Amino acid sequence: MNGDWPYRWREHKSTLLVFGGFVVMFAVYVANHPAGLNINVATTAANKGVLLAIVAMAQTLVVLTSGIDLSAGMVMVLANCLASTIVVGSPLPTAFGAAVVLLVGCVCGTVNALIVIFGRLQPIVTTIATGSVYYGVALALRPVPGGDVNGSLANALTGQLFGVVPSSLLLLASLVVVVWLPFRRSTIGRAVYAVGSSEVAAYMSGVPIQRAKFVAYVLSGLLASIAGLFLTLITYSGEASAANGNTYTLYSIAAVVLGGVSLFGGSGSAVGAIFGALMFRTIGDLLFVFNVEPLWQPLFQGIVLAAAVSLGAIRLLRIRNRLELYG
Amino acid sequence: MADAQPHVEPAERTLPGSGLRRHVDPAIAAAFGCIVLVLLVGSLYSRSFLSPEYLLQQLKVASFLGVIATGMMIVVLLGQIDLSVPWLVAVGGMMSTAATAWGPAGEALAIPFGIACGMALGLVNGVGVAFLRIPSMVVTLAVNAVAQGLMVVHTGGFSPQDSSSRAMRVLATGETLLGIPNAVLVWAVVGIAAVVLLTRTTFGRTVYAIGNRERAAYLSGARTRLVVMSAFALSGALSAFGGVLLAGYASKAAQAMGDPYLLPAIAAVVLGGTSILGGRGSYVGTVAGVILITLLQSILSVMQMPEFGRHVSYGIVIVAMLLVYGRGRRPSE
Repeated sequence: MNGDWPYRWREHKSTLLVFGGFVVMFAVYVANHPAGLNINVATTAANKGVLLAIVAMAQTLVVLTSGIDLSAGMVMVLANCLASTIVVGSPLPTAFGAAVVLLVGCVCGTVNALIVIFGRLQPIVTTIATGSVYYGVALALRPVPGGDVNGSLANALTGQLFGVVPSSLLLLASLVVVVWLPFRRSTIGRAVYAVGSSEVAAYMSGVPIQRAKFVAYVLSGLLASIAGLFLTLITYSGEASAANGNTYTLYSIAAVVLGGVSLFGGSGSAVGAIFGALMFRTIGDLLFVFNVEPLWQPLFQGIVLAAAVSLGAIRLLRIRNRLELYG
Repeated sequence: MADAQPHVEPAERTLPGSGLRRHVDPAIAAAFGCIVLVLLVGSLYSRSFLSPEYLLQQLKVASFLGVIATGMMIVVLLGQIDLSVPWLVAVGGMMSTAATAWGPAGEALAIPFGIACGMALGLVNGVGVAFLRIPSMVVTLAVNAVAQGLMVVHTGGFSPQDSSSRAMRVLATGETLLGIPNAVLVWAVVGIAAVVLLTRTTFGRTVYAIGNRERAAYLSGARTRLVVMSAFALSGALSAFGGVLLAGYASKAAQAMGDPYLLPAIAAVVLGGTSILGGRGSYVGTVAGVILITLLQSILSVMQMPEFGRHVSYGIVIVAMLLVYGRGRRPSE
């Protein structure tokens, strides 16, 4: 039982690293924030961070199968537009509306899954095309920005619990407990890792490849729609913005990479991606507290992103034979 | 056809020159078939769809995408992808118009300067992928963010006021012989250069070899890292060149001018039968893909389809066409 710690260390190393990086960055941020750490600062930071973290979780599930979901941001935008239309009114219609939004997210994930599994198209091309479709539907639902959302639900999920904990963090934690951990421990979860490591080997070993991919894509769609619902709760409106969708897709990939999830599939964890997302958001906030001119912020964010992904090159130092590079 | 044979000697079987001589690639045939179909459907709406003026106009619009897709195709042939297209296009447009504002010397050097800036950023992509071995999807994403940051600092976040040089405008909007737009001639020159590069040079052969199996190419003594790096630099240069042409066409550069070109460029390359996994594909297919995408966008707007319908049908058509001829293998194969 205790003899397996080298393996456990290797499995969780990247997650722990990104967690440490996030803690350091957040500490610097809080230390330099003019207002210090109070619940309002924490809540604002948490809401922005959790939104990206949920999309990053969605991205992780697909990336683990060695795929990529370029439609994640568009599913979020679609869910945002839909939620701003139907998650309103008294509690019962609101609950029904939220359920419909999540269902639509699952449908989007299912469409991606069916095309990738049975159509045998490459995930990258498939999700580019389906992302265009989802964006079109979002545009049809909401040609101009607007709409509304149930205020008490918004307050409950984007405010604070007992005045001490940002409730969005609890939402994120519950998603990890309800969605990620059971998935990770299930047979299907193991199968997803197996498919991502080597699809041929997984096939030869009788792993249910199709079921694994299906579950990964559907859960990814579900999580992306939860992010869209959460975005609506933050902004109180819906907007079919292609730029927004693409930004979240790209940032989710960045978060996944920062979180130590391999883009080749089969290794990493959604918890790492979550901290990757939180760290990515903190970078943006750091630029703000250090009074970097707003004009220079995109450049710094880009450079930090470039530097972070270049860290992956450190593994080259350990390579003895150059052939290992061309696995 | 490809599925029926065992997967041996793919480089020999699928090199564009030899492939065309032996058989017509079903993907390319299908792409050209779709072009004819789109034109026929279009002509049901309006007779002018088949008029030479309209077709030349479409070719002219297509040539901007064509230049950008050329670079994308070379990178895709390696089995990589270039997501830095949007802001490298903007870099090309903005740097060339900025150079124009520096006076006569700047005006003369506007086009090469814009292209060189794109090539420099493309080179960063190439170093990241070839030497640091970071997945291209991530490197190009980061370089795209850096390029965006640089351009925001340069322009102050607004559309730059500098207008494009005369030479840029002539290249993008003028006509020289027989009423053929210059932009189409530019695309033709770029295209012929790309075909020669891919089929008649060591560089091109190595690109296909790396796309098929990088390890084997390396073991055969090919200078894989140099080739990968140059391919990304080339792609960056061509993206920026597309931006130069676009700035000439609109006589100004603009923020986010490259955003509408990333997905169509990838879609055009893939619809043209180039495997997204690398190693397979010919430039004729990419030409077909570019024309097809341009016609599709044009017909959807001629049919006065609302914007949401355009996005939906665009996505559905791409999936549908790929389902017809772009399918991968089963794991059991």
